[in-house]
Amino acid sequence: MAKDQKGKKRGFISRFGDSQVWKSIIRTGIPRNRRGRMFSVLNSVFLHLHPVRMPRHAVRLKYTWCAGGLSFYIFCVLTITGILLMFYYRPTVEYAYTDIMDLSEQVPLGIMREIHRWAAHLMVITVWIHMFRVFMTGSYKPPREFNWMVGVILLVLTLLLSFTGYLLPWDQLAIWAITVGTNMARATPFLGHEGPGAALLSIGDINLVHSGSDVRFALLGGRFVGEAALLRFYVLHCIGFPFIIIIFMAIHFWRIRKDGGITTPL
Amino acid sequence: MMFPMDKHKNIPNDVNNTEENEQSSRQTDEISSDSANPQMDSVDEQNLDSKKPEVPKGEPEKNPSQKRASIGKGSILVEPIKRRSFFSWLTLAWLAFTAATGTFFGIMLRFMFPNVLFEPKQTFKAGYPDDYSVGDVTTSLKEKYGVWIVRTTEEIYALSTVCTHLGCTPNWLKNENKFKCPCHGSGFRKTGINFEGPAPRPLERFKIALANDGQIFIDKTKKYAYEKGQWSDPESFLRV
Repeated sequence: MAKDQKGKKRGFISRFGDSQVWKSIIRTGIPRNRRGRMFSVLNSVFLHLHPVRMPRHAVRLKYTWCAGGLSFYIFCVLTITGILLMFYYRPTVEYAYTDIMDLSEQVPLGIMREIHRWAAHLMVITVWIHMFRVFMTGSYKPPREFNWMVGVILLVLTLLLSFTGYLLPWDQLAIWAITVGTNMARATPFLGHEGPGAALLSIGDINLVHSGSDVRFALLGGRFVGEAALLRFYVLHCIGFPFIIIIFMAIHFWRIRKDGGITTPL
Repeated sequence: MMFPMDKHKNIPNDVNNTEENEQSSRQTDEISSDSANPQMDSVDEQNLDSKKPEVPKGEPEKNPSQKRASIGKGSILVEPIKRRSFFSWLTLAWLAFTAATGTFFGIMLRFMFPNVLFEPKQTFKAGYPDDYSVGDVTTSLKEKYGVWIVRTTEEIYALSTVCTHLGCTPNWLKNENKFKCPCHGSGFRKTGINFEGPAPRPLERFKIALANDGQIFIDKTKKYAYEKGQWSDPESFLRV
């Protein structure tokens, strides 16, 4: 059993590849040829999002800049470091700032918080670079126009993740940056209380859209950046937006495969 | 032409009646070349004729194989939707499910707007007019209520502490006699009128009045803007 047809003893990996353990996990056994490799990609829930085969010249660094892959890698880094930070950070007015101080000064490997912050800056940059590359190589053209739109949504979600994370250190910079940022929501048409059309939404003398019922209020949970705003931004940053962005990322990667793989240089 | 599954289905037919199987296979051929070949067309009619008399008119068809929709000649043999079965329990169930889901999305939206806010009130009393000395800007209410009370020789007014540029909170600089915003450097005179920095318009004033007990009453829900000429409104200042 442990010998092949020629009577030689088979190696451990080869034997393990035929074992029930391996075959119950990777259903197609050890990929030994092109067909086997293709099957193992197609039958894996993670790998099947990725194109089965790619032209060698299309994945040159000179062509792709690996910006999309880097963005995804940085997202993974952010997810892992973010989960670690959640073990120490408490999103309350009383503790938020001191917990951040704690994270960088007292918690072992205080660099964790900095990695999260640097990676956040980096991800915005790589996403922009990725978008620039896709635009310059014309990879947004049919049949990839839908995936371009998914990419735009991913860009917006990336910026929203950055924005919501901005408030969490709860220092002066954070509070006033979010104050300024969310003041833009006042001017939302119909939904913001200072926006165009908001005055039209009224019953008699009663304004339906006022500072206590508009879209800015829904975002902050109050009329100014306070305790409720900190909690809402924390929940959106840690659960809400990551949940949505993962769904769109899965669509984005899967559509690359479905739209005929990565574009090839002209 | 045939899929393996179809072949499998036809096996019992083969056993029972080879002729019928031949007919049916001919029929499928004709569907594709119905109008193109008049000869075949006549054969098709023959086939249909041979089958038609078996089904009495006006009665529901018993043979399920004849319910199949076919192309051409308006012979779609699908049972019409009856009036009574249109609103079936399944339809009702789906409608109820959709309505419940829609309602829940409404509830989710409402959930984001709490009934009680743990914020300082929008309307409050701010002491007696005599508590404020002439020429002073009172900053003690800034932290809690976001209001500066200014008393001049003729009037008392309540200025909003929200910068009209991007909404930061300026500081009152007594020595320089101006409000200065730390975010982007907007400057306002004691009256609230902007004179430097990016602020596009003067600070807003709130409704101010005397309550029955003689105290100053401020209502932050009513704002008065200089550029709209609202500072001449008697509710925007308190004459002393």
